[in-house]
Amino acid sequence: MPATLIHLLGIKGLSEESIQQIFETADNFKQLLNSPVKKTPSLRDFTVANLFFENSTRTRVSFELAEKRLGADIVNFSSSTSSVKKGETLIDTVNNILSMKVDMLVMRHPAPGACMFLARHVNAQIVNAGDGTHEHPTQALLDAYSIREKLGSVYGKKVVIVGDILHSRVALSNIFCLQKLGADVMVCGPKTLIPRHIAELGVKVEHNLQNALQWCDVANMLRIQLERQDIKYFPSLREYSMQFGLTQNILNKLDKEIVIMHPGPINRGVEISSEVADGNNSIILQQVENGVSVRMAVLYLLAQHQLEQSKS
Amino acid sequence: MEARILINHRQTELIIRRFVLQLTEQHGDLENCAIIGLQPRGVELSRILIQKLNELKPGHKVRYGELDNTFFRDDIRRGEIHMPRPSKIDFSTENLNIILVDDVLFTGRSIRAGIDALINFGRPARVELMVLVDRRYNRELPIAADYSGVVVDSRSTGEYVKVEWNPNQNQTWLLPNKG
Repeated sequence: MPATLIHLLGIKGLSEESIQQIFETADNFKQLLNSPVKKTPSLRDFTVANLFFENSTRTRVSFELAEKRLGADIVNFSSSTSSVKKGETLIDTVNNILSMKVDMLVMRHPAPGACMFLARHVNAQIVNAGDGTHEHPTQALLDAYSIREKLGSVYGKKVVIVGDILHSRVALSNIFCLQKLGADVMVCGPKTLIPRHIAELGVKVEHNLQNALQWCDVANMLRIQLERQDIKYFPSLREYSMQFGLTQNILNKLDKEIVIMHPGPINRGVEISSEVADGNNSIILQQVENGVSVRMAVLYLLAQHQLEQSKS
Repeated sequence: MEARILINHRQTELIIRRFVLQLTEQHGDLENCAIIGLQPRGVELSRILIQKLNELKPGHKVRYGELDNTFFRDDIRRGEIHMPRPSKIDFSTENLNIILVDDVLFTGRSIRAGIDALINFGRPARVELMVLVDRRYNRELPIAADYSGVVVDSRSTGEYVKVEWNPNQNQTWLLPNKG
């Protein structure tokens, strides 16, 4: 009996069984996306609203494609051109959209916990497309799915997440997801960008990039999130890049091949050089490709849940 | 009602042999054909069929695939959660004669979903349906089998057909519904 998902608010509340179920479903969608006709009518009687209160390229396009390829009707909402600017509250905005017979909400919001809050107050299924510095579950799922695809399994693999761990929702969701699937996780970055007590999540902490890369099978390079930094966490981007930027020279010094990932958007020449980002070890574009199948799987599995039943 | 065997092992073998002969009578060397088993239970029959075909007609190189119709079902979001199974079709179905294989033809809804799933792989010249058991009088869509093992006049409620695939003991049962 498959596990039943109601919302996807974060990876923390997801079981390993549910993650595996999403991956197996995504395998089938990936196959479908490689066939001549890339659509199914699975969600033809279903409407999804994409609420983006924060900028996004990959995630928004990926969700939109996933929804269209499942045959759902979609509504796109961007806060910059909406009544939110006129002072409407989040619940009011969402309830107004839901009153137009929308079944599911995909939401990105700058406030951590916004999706959790909404799930408690509105009668719709919610998919978290990133909430502040909290979680970005579909990114973690597609990252783990891409590792599984590249290396055969996530179990027992050593993954280092490098960069701005303090402000990264991708890092937190990745830590939860990889650990649930049996991977060993390390975080690496300047001390100021590593949250205090993060070791309590069971992750290793390293401040030397070379040591971290020598340890790992997979390196997930994160962007410096300047838009979330209200104070200076390091002297300059140039200095950060010299200490934590991944270049071909550093990779050449390793005595093994490692897989390079990046959730995007890339700041070329800061956290990763163009040579590495476009090199043979990089699976950055496969991550983007897998994002559509993984999101199709999430939407497909969630949509099968009858909301009325969950409320009773 | 009492449970009863509709097709025993020996009869199953004869039916599959008959299917091979019917296919070669209809399509010659099957050069422009593909046999596609429908997941999950149709593939059991299609695998035995392709094995028998290779055994009886060794010169015939027929294309073979397996197809999942889950994403094309018309009962998604209507109760049960439907989990997909893999489709394995490594050729284009464009302009091919497709023989779609399933174990039981009942309402016709799985076959309808199967045809929709099939067309995602190309536009076939023709699609034919082969089933081990055709439960006549229970159709909910205008779908008919081109090749059927046995035709059963069973009630739509209170009875179901179960096919047990076992290398030495293939059996098809007509059983009363539980409860």
